[in-house]
Amino acid sequence: MSWTWISTNGALIWQLTREQIYIGVLPPLIGLVISLPLGVLAVRWRWFYPPTLTAVNVIYAIPALALFTALIPALGLSDTNVIVALTAYSLCIIVPNVVAGLRGVPAAARQAATAMGYGPLRRLVTVELPLAVPVIMGGLRVAMVSSISLASIGQLIGVSSLGYLFIDGEQRAFPTEIYVGLILIIAIALACDLILVGVRRALTPWVARL
Amino acid sequence: MSFFTYAWDWVTQSANWHGSGSIPQQILAQLGYSALPLLIAAVIGIPAGVAIGHTGRGAVLVVNLANGWRAIPTLGLLVLLVVYLGFSILTWLLPLVVLAIPPILVNAYEGVAGVDPGVRDAAKGAGMTSWQQVTRVEVPIALPLILVGLRTSAIFVVATATLAAYIGLGGLGRFIVDGLDSYQYGPVAGGALLVVILAVLVLAFFAGLSRLVVPAGLRKQGKTE
Repeated sequence: MSWTWISTNGALIWQLTREQIYIGVLPPLIGLVISLPLGVLAVRWRWFYPPTLTAVNVIYAIPALALFTALIPALGLSDTNVIVALTAYSLCIIVPNVVAGLRGVPAAARQAATAMGYGPLRRLVTVELPLAVPVIMGGLRVAMVSSISLASIGQLIGVSSLGYLFIDGEQRAFPTEIYVGLILIIAIALACDLILVGVRRALTPWVARL
Repeated sequence: MSFFTYAWDWVTQSANWHGSGSIPQQILAQLGYSALPLLIAAVIGIPAGVAIGHTGRGAVLVVNLANGWRAIPTLGLLVLLVVYLGFSILTWLLPLVVLAIPPILVNAYEGVAGVDPGVRDAAKGAGMTSWQQVTRVEVPIALPLILVGLRTSAIFVVATATLAAYIGLGGLGRFIVDGLDSYQYGPVAGGALLVVILAVLVLAFFAGLSRLVVPAGLRKQGKTE
């Protein structure tokens, strides 16, 4: 490790870290916003789920490098390209979890809400979704961690992130740069994971803490 | 022009189908680079996961592996190994094997650990030895999840083998990386299309495999990840 390189390049590292967080963290959040209605629809209309699941499995199987490059004619070599691709992957992970979470809501809870005079929308928002939070959060955590790590591949189509340190470190045969990139990406992923665990606990105070 | 017209124009040029580095050669290379690490990872991951699931020892490790594994940026790992080892077989094989093990191990563990205790007791009560319980009861019941693990790893290995073109590995990723380097979108699109087709075939392969090997009584329970 060359500590002098790290101390003289602090500004660059900070810049790349911010880009990495932006490109990596945004997609799972957008993915969550899209997944909630999709998941609700898939639970409401049963026929809608099998084709959705197939589509989701196929998209998830596409390697990131292929998906980024396939989006070039439509979106160019831009942040948007990588963010759209990573959002698609996030959907693949979160939608099945939204469906599983909603299907796992105990029938008794649903019936109790109905008996108390809750309409379908109020029941969904105040009873079913909160009870599904742990499962949905499980999906969001996986999506978040993989999105942050995959964002670095965007560097291969010129979208700047900590992946720059991998490419530059390889070309200069300079391991310090690569280590800095690896450690920061894993650290960002773990930090976001911990934040999501905290959010889940705050949202579901009734779940026993382990 | 759209992605598909670029890809189609390039894939249908007959020159790309002959000679060294042609499409058929790279498809074969990609299959080899993907199958070998998957096989090694399965040989290590399935017995380890089954053993942990059967004995319950080491379960904490598995739970942490399940999520933490995805945080590792594969591109970084690949270039780090290139800097230290140069380009050798270990440079690409090692990370592919290491990163393909967690999903296989975690799913094998969950499959075996999730076997109904009643079924487990029944097997014991029928006089089965520990080995018989594992091979005749627990593993068959865990098969759907074991296959999900293999599929997840296969998808991951195909993606990483594609990425490894950046450090000089052959396979379909070559077309993408070389095309990006020379600012030619034709091979990039064609390579990406072939990779997508390969990924879909991998999915279809595992769907077929699960029909073949999963006991009929269990088929409805196959979970999707």
